[in-house]
Amino acid sequence: MFGKLTLDAIPLHQPIPLVAGSFVIVAILAVLAWVVIAGHLPYLWREWITSVDHKRIGVMYSLLAMVMLLRGGTDAIMMRSQQAVAFHSEGYLPPEHYNQIFSAHGTIMIFFVGMAFMIGLMNLVVPLQLGVRDVAFPTLNSVGFWLTATGALLVNVSLVVGNFARTGWLPYPPLSELTYSPDVGVDYFLWALQISGVGTLVAGINLVTTVLKLRTKGMTYLRMPIFCWTTLASSLLIIAAFPILTATLAMLILDRYFGFHFFTNEGGGNVMMFMNLIWAWGHPEVYILVLPAFGIYSEIVPTFSGKPLFGYRSMVMATMAICIISFCVWLHHFFTMGAGPNVNAIFGIASMIIAVPTGVKIYNWLFTMYGGRVRFATPMMWSIGFMVTFIIGGLTGVLVAVPPADFLLHNSLFLVAHFHNVIIGGVLFGAFAGYSYWFPKAFGFRLHEGWGKAGFWFSLIGFYVTFVPLYAAGMLGMTRRLQHYDVAEWRPWIMAAGVGMILLVIGVLCQIWQLVVSIRHREELRDVTGDPWDGRSLEWATASPPPAFNFAVLPDVEGEDAYWAIKSRAREQGLLRSEPEYKDIEMPRNSPTGFVCAFFATIMGFALIWHIWWLVALGGFGAFVTFIVFAWRDHDEYIIPAAEVARIDRANREVRLAAISHARSPS
Amino acid sequence: MNILDPHGPIAAANKTILIDSVAIMLAIVVPTIVAIFAFAYYFRASNTRAFHLPNFAHSGRLELVVWSIPTLTIILLGGVAWIGSHELDPRVPVAGTGSPVRIQVVSLDWKWLFIYPDQRVATVNALTVPVGAPLQFDLTSASVLNVFFIPQLGSMIYTMNGMVTRLNLRADQEGSLQGLSAHFSGAGFPEMMFDVHVISPLDFPKWVEATAKSDNVLNADSYKQLSQQSIETGRPTYRLDDPTLFNDIVTLRIPPGPGPQLTDNLAKKGGALNVR
Repeated sequence: MFGKLTLDAIPLHQPIPLVAGSFVIVAILAVLAWVVIAGHLPYLWREWITSVDHKRIGVMYSLLAMVMLLRGGTDAIMMRSQQAVAFHSEGYLPPEHYNQIFSAHGTIMIFFVGMAFMIGLMNLVVPLQLGVRDVAFPTLNSVGFWLTATGALLVNVSLVVGNFARTGWLPYPPLSELTYSPDVGVDYFLWALQISGVGTLVAGINLVTTVLKLRTKGMTYLRMPIFCWTTLASSLLIIAAFPILTATLAMLILDRYFGFHFFTNEGGGNVMMFMNLIWAWGHPEVYILVLPAFGIYSEIVPTFSGKPLFGYRSMVMATMAICIISFCVWLHHFFTMGAGPNVNAIFGIASMIIAVPTGVKIYNWLFTMYGGRVRFATPMMWSIGFMVTFIIGGLTGVLVAVPPADFLLHNSLFLVAHFHNVIIGGVLFGAFAGYSYWFPKAFGFRLHEGWGKAGFWFSLIGFYVTFVPLYAAGMLGMTRRLQHYDVAEWRPWIMAAGVGMILLVIGVLCQIWQLVVSIRHREELRDVTGDPWDGRSLEWATASPPPAFNFAVLPDVEGEDAYWAIKSRAREQGLLRSEPEYKDIEMPRNSPTGFVCAFFATIMGFALIWHIWWLVALGGFGAFVTFIVFAWRDHDEYIIPAAEVARIDRANREVRLAAISHARSPS
Repeated sequence: MNILDPHGPIAAANKTILIDSVAIMLAIVVPTIVAIFAFAYYFRASNTRAFHLPNFAHSGRLELVVWSIPTLTIILLGGVAWIGSHELDPRVPVAGTGSPVRIQVVSLDWKWLFIYPDQRVATVNALTVPVGAPLQFDLTSASVLNVFFIPQLGSMIYTMNGMVTRLNLRADQEGSLQGLSAHFSGAGFPEMMFDVHVISPLDFPKWVEATAKSDNVLNADSYKQLSQQSIETGRPTYRLDDPTLFNDIVTLRIPPGPGPQLTDNLAKKGGALNVR
């Protein structure tokens, strides 16, 4: 009846997952109870859960990412503290826990923090920057988000029901095969990623279509903000790379569920093919993460330097070059598997070539500051912190791309420090930069600067104090994923990294507190004009938060930095453009399709993990019926009357006009 | 285990390439980082003395420089990578004094088996080699992946079941080193450290002779026993009974080992990690 699921699956005798799990369950129940009792459920259902508004979905993606960052961060705290105490001792985490923790840490941070944060920001901002009203497929967007949430949920369910993979964040066979991992851990990984992978793929398709097909009048490709370009590049990579992941994991699923021999030791399987395929997805994946972050910096640096981006066309070329070359380097993840010198050298050189367009980007941001008036607001602090940190990460990255150097550093803590250097310094700093930059756009008030800067400094210093020692430990031969060790020379570096971890935690706490303080003081931090940073692209041309329809009249674009041109003209003349003729606006109706689909997908995923076949059928059938019902819908749009549009737009025009005359007045 | 303190020519060459590459990159990285701080500080909004170029966004000359600097660096480094990859191909034999020592390495759960087919001996978790002689490793795994790595001798390499990887090293100083597995292989992975004893070429035959007198015999049967998961605290030695054993493991004539037995709730069952 319940497949492999028995009461034994609940770790009643293991205090750590049980306490952590119970804490999370109690917290979730408390929030749910509060929502229901306070009567917020209808609001949540109407305005968020069933919303197909790209801004709402973007916010929900980012929120998911932030919550998952806390989960992944907790894993990191446990790993660092375990290694700090596990010198000549077993520490406090036995191997079967520790091995789950580093596997979950990587999985969560890549798929449910990095990906979710980037897709969230792209969703929030790209339609606004393109000057349009929504993404190409609004309901599909909602489906994509909720399927991502399903994946995140399944990973967290493994905390209390069964266990997670103990194989590392990429389940390398043969360890991940049924013979050596007979429990459900790897299955949790596989189904969580298969389901959220579908969500990621539809998000990619949606964003590519949006950028290619939905641009406002005059928004030619070479007038798009760089963030739109990096979104395009990143989404193209998603479309090209995620099917490889799905296929690879499907093969592992066939091995585990149906006794196939793709990657087994016996029966002609080949483990090397798994490495080959998983990294053919895995390397583009890191560019899927970091390209949108590059886009974010390319928006922030010009804004806070008060200048256009230096070398716009170079930047576009560099972005698209990275997009293509990122598919030609995956073999550098296994130089030490004994491929010949020609293969190693060619992939090593290809990996280095990526450093060229990346270096160009750094110089372009540098020359954007040249001759500018640099304002050090929080988003700009993250950007400068990124530039310095990422160069160091790039240096160590090119170093491990040199095969003979990699022969000493592969899988060591040096490598761990390198990829944290680029993922924290590149992606996470970018996410935080984008979060502080676009928060006022999404919610209508700025974040508190003081706490934001405190968060930045603790994160930056904490990052260096954590990961520079790990570089050193790697030079001393220390390899990753050690549950305990007896080598005295590693010990001081691991302790230092533990101190850095504490600073990073304080950084996160500062940012949580920043959010609390900002919500409390939202009236003082209110962004009335919709343009709090003196921005240059079209998202700043509308109110904060933007109305559901984004723009009362779709803007005309006459060059790069579309809003800057409009704003400069208005400042010169002291006038806004004459009031447009308002028309009725059709907007897509809310739809519970995404939520219901994900509900059934969650059931199906859980049932597949535990081999509860009737429930698999039920979940699959439910998801399919949801799709059929959606496909046969009759009404998919609603009308916002012209009068309502006019009322909203006039209010915003009024404050903008006031701001312009204020700027022109001699005081 | 400091990789900057090499004890053999391969590790020394790896290290040279590592240091050279860092030096080449530092030549552009340091000025760039300095420029970031300098530009950000000098062009701060409060510095009214700084010149202001609010529309400066294109400069063909600057962009040429911007594309050339990283390109030139990468051309230089690419040359290092190409030459280094060929010279340090793990399969290329290393020159040395005396006759080469062949060593067959099998990664087990969770210990290392070193077979000396010519000397007809085998050891677990302790590798003994003569100083200065070319060391020719053939490596495979009994079950899951591992990576054979002696940081101070250089170049690591994967061990994979059903496949042989090859590695050539040489140790140039007598003494003791440590090796480890550099790829996660299950619950007992941290126990996969092993000792490396580099002894004089005169002592090596004596060591072989002493080891060959071991009471333990390594053949297909005792190998199967050994391939059960366990944590090895001693350093057992064996007389090699069956010189084709390695070949039988690689060709799967001896089936893959039972591998890490990851069962649910290891802790409840008092731990499945047998300490021998």
